[in-house]
Amino acid sequence: MSFPEKARLTFRVNGEAQDVLFAPYKTLLEVLREDLALPGTKHGCELGECGACAVLLDGEPVLSCLVLGVECAGREVLTVEGLASGPELHPLQEAFADLGGAQCGYCTPGILVTAKALLDRTPDPTRAQIREALSGNLCRCTGYQQIFEAVEEGVRRCARGDHGTPEPEPSNEPGVVTE
Amino acid sequence: MNVIGKPRRRVDGRAKVVGQTRFADDLVLPRMLHCKLLRSPHPHATIVSIDAARALAHPGVHLVLTGKDVPVEYGILPVSQDESALCVDKVRFVGDPVAAVIAQDERTAQDAVDLLDVTYAPLATIAEPEDALARPEPRIHAYGDGGNVHKAVAFTFGDVDAALASADHVFDDTFYFSGNTHLPIEQQASLAAVDGDGKLTLWSSTQTPHYVHRALAKVLGIPPARIRVIACPNGGGFGGKSDVLNHEVVVAKAALLLGRPVKIALTREEVFYCHRGRHPVLMRFRTGVKNDGTLTGVHLQTLLDGGAYGSYGVASTFYTGALQTVTYKIPRYKFEGCRVFTNKPPRGPKRGHGTPQPRFGQEVQLDKIAERLNLDPAELRLRIVEEPGALTANYLQVRTIGLAECIRRVVASSRWAQTHRKLPEGRGVGLACSSYLTGAGLPIYWNRMPHSGVQLKLDRGGGVTAFCGATEIGQGSDDVLAACVAEILGIDPMDVRTVTGDTDLGPVDLGSYSSRVTLMMGNAAIEAAQRARDLLAQAVSRKLTIPVPRLVFAGGRVFDAEDPETGRSFAEAVVLAEEAFGTIGTVGSYAPPASAARFKGGGVGPSPTYSYTACVVEVEVDPATGWIHVPRVHIAHDIGRALNPTLARGQVEGSVYMALGEALMEEQSFRRLPPRLSSALVLKMPSMLEYKSPGSHDMPEVLCELVEDPDPAGPFGAKEVGQGPLAPVIPALANAVYDAVGVRIDEIPITPEKILAALEARAKGKPARVGPESFPTVPYPEPLSVPPPQEGGDGRAVNDPERHGTTKLDPRAADELRRQRDVPR
Repeated sequence: MSFPEKARLTFRVNGEAQDVLFAPYKTLLEVLREDLALPGTKHGCELGECGACAVLLDGEPVLSCLVLGVECAGREVLTVEGLASGPELHPLQEAFADLGGAQCGYCTPGILVTAKALLDRTPDPTRAQIREALSGNLCRCTGYQQIFEAVEEGVRRCARGDHGTPEPEPSNEPGVVTE
Repeated sequence: MNVIGKPRRRVDGRAKVVGQTRFADDLVLPRMLHCKLLRSPHPHATIVSIDAARALAHPGVHLVLTGKDVPVEYGILPVSQDESALCVDKVRFVGDPVAAVIAQDERTAQDAVDLLDVTYAPLATIAEPEDALARPEPRIHAYGDGGNVHKAVAFTFGDVDAALASADHVFDDTFYFSGNTHLPIEQQASLAAVDGDGKLTLWSSTQTPHYVHRALAKVLGIPPARIRVIACPNGGGFGGKSDVLNHEVVVAKAALLLGRPVKIALTREEVFYCHRGRHPVLMRFRTGVKNDGTLTGVHLQTLLDGGAYGSYGVASTFYTGALQTVTYKIPRYKFEGCRVFTNKPPRGPKRGHGTPQPRFGQEVQLDKIAERLNLDPAELRLRIVEEPGALTANYLQVRTIGLAECIRRVVASSRWAQTHRKLPEGRGVGLACSSYLTGAGLPIYWNRMPHSGVQLKLDRGGGVTAFCGATEIGQGSDDVLAACVAEILGIDPMDVRTVTGDTDLGPVDLGSYSSRVTLMMGNAAIEAAQRARDLLAQAVSRKLTIPVPRLVFAGGRVFDAEDPETGRSFAEAVVLAEEAFGTIGTVGSYAPPASAARFKGGGVGPSPTYSYTACVVEVEVDPATGWIHVPRVHIAHDIGRALNPTLARGQVEGSVYMALGEALMEEQSFRRLPPRLSSALVLKMPSMLEYKSPGSHDMPEVLCELVEDPDPAGPFGAKEVGQGPLAPVIPALANAVYDAVGVRIDEIPITPEKILAALEARAKGKPARVGPESFPTVPYPEPLSVPPPQEGGDGRAVNDPERHGTTKLDPRAADELRRQRDVPR
């Protein structure tokens, strides 16, 4: 089987039109990281197992290691680099930074875009809905609890339309349920 | 305190949420080439020949390296220099790197790897510890304690046989803890480049840049001054990035030979094979107990499956026996440990390093003891908790100990009195405790230098830069550094720039392992910051004629405590200090106190102070399926002081998470390939899909409490939090399963299959237990006999030939004594 040396792709990434030549076997993850200098999206397995490479494709979370670059012609991709509006971070980003939602930060880009997709569909999700939405994103550092809390704080900040001050830390008192 | 103790955004938090944290694999350099490794398909074989002609002829290939190109042996421990970057004459596990191809891109490199022609002569596979003990040949390594025994050690602190004889009950239990891996989400990557001035730089996902620096100098034969190692922020480590790994050496060598940057990024499967994770440990606890719960003595035997190389294994072996006494009063203690080589990926340190395995055994045995003595398990532990300031039977110096308070907190939180042994069938609660080091008392290579150093540079604009070799692996060490400096200088941590993990720019910090960074780097940072504050205070004092003791550093100002309006901004204070003293830069350093242990092998276990944790796990077990659901975990951790409670709680919850993975599902298991595919011993589940780890649905609610009783040894009183909280969760879960369905699963992981097997055994009138039935005969040496301090000991062994050296024993007699001691029984 013979491949053309390069494929050409025109699509939008983080709101910007992109016109890129790349080896046609490359995944969207590789096109983003290697051909568009967007290393914020991570790889953790290249097999669709860990969720670190999640991006939004036309608003829906996809694992960019399982999407070929050539499938993305004319489509809209959102990566972690596109979440902020200029210097102003998305409320989810602020909440994750404030509340320990990112420890090593390697799974964070995938979790942030996945959480954004959830909030776009479900502005006020329950804890169960958050768990479900993030069930494809593995995190080895946090134990997920501070991630859930950060998403919930992001929801509150989105609702307020500001990035205000964080909610106080969940109480350290015995018997207080932080779930 | 303006900074310490307040929940804060970590200083590197913003970078992580905007995708600007630069991990090793995010780095790209002009003219960069890519490396791929050929890894052995055989678990044990000699290399007959390697023919690289076809690979070298492949278009786009720049270089092929084999073991002959990098033959110098190295290893993380001075006593285990048993690795080479690429195998020289034999391979020791499936995945052992044999050759490297450097090419214009990854795909070309991989294509050329497939063109390498290697001929192997397979050797018999040593698959299990029992094989290693039974079969001294073929030897996996030519060194060690004979045959395939890597290391065998034995100590006795007092007459344990007499202690057991004096007990009302002697409990004799065997346990098994299966191995598991770290599974960081970031796969290791490394990039090496020769700088314009001819020096070598290696960027790598490593927890220990200082040790990588030393190893590169040794293997490459170039002066350390011409090598710079930069630890990029790690995408999770958990111990898996604390060895010097083959690929780091390979790309460094290739960059030197080619004069171009060379990068490697491991695949997930390769990460599974690199491993260096939790040792599988078989253990036997013999414990003497009085009717009131007092322990008279403990005899612990461990057998570790070390895999194919030394790694940290000698230390791991000692650690399986080190910390039992720090938790509970054990007046006499005997420990025998043995690590064997097998043809499997090398095992090393994973969170808790060598201690979660015996902690599991000890805490489950205590649960059995409590039941037999008709004592509440919490009450039993409260009776035997070690005393603050105790010097243990094996010469570990306890400082503060908040364990009793931790126990009381989880007992209250879980309504223990109303739940334990009182819940309906299928529901249960279990309790367990643990303790852990706050930094290893000794470095891994012997020296008298600081374990951690911090340099500060103060800018006349008010900025402060803190330089330290410490490595940010996600745990928040950069934030600790900034917070300690900011607290002393009275500024915002966000005004501190941290420069870390770089062997050229920062003073040495030994690395992110043994829970050492917060205490050691923190103390060094405080010392450096206090020296800077002294200079600023003198300058401001002169200018404003306010006595130094009255000056307060807070809120970005230096002001008079009696007249807060009178003062200078921090930046103005720096200007005054520069005018008075010249450029402002200060240093601080930290080395742990000397240990009371003076016997050979006593270097593993001492720590500036120990953290303590208590945990209650709630479970629901379905007797029809064996399925275990964990709705809630109550955990209290004696942290001394939480420097940033947000991050501290994250460490506790992350430890609970990782512990539940280990307790319930994570297991590094193996299989044999079919005979037509060589029958090789391979990992059964080298992928994230098959190697099960908990996801967002599996994580229970965690009720976390931080018990704060500042420890004088720690920075602002802080003790470790990154590793200790993992250990009690695993036995607490095992004890909860027993409370729920009355079966003892004395091996980890605890799976539904094992629960069903135990339930079926009970139904047939057999013991309701799954676990090892016996402990093999292991060639432990004659134990070093060290009388405990309470029995007049001075920390030395009474039968150590090296001790007689100081009394001018005939050297030949000393050699004979040493020889006798080293011969396995």
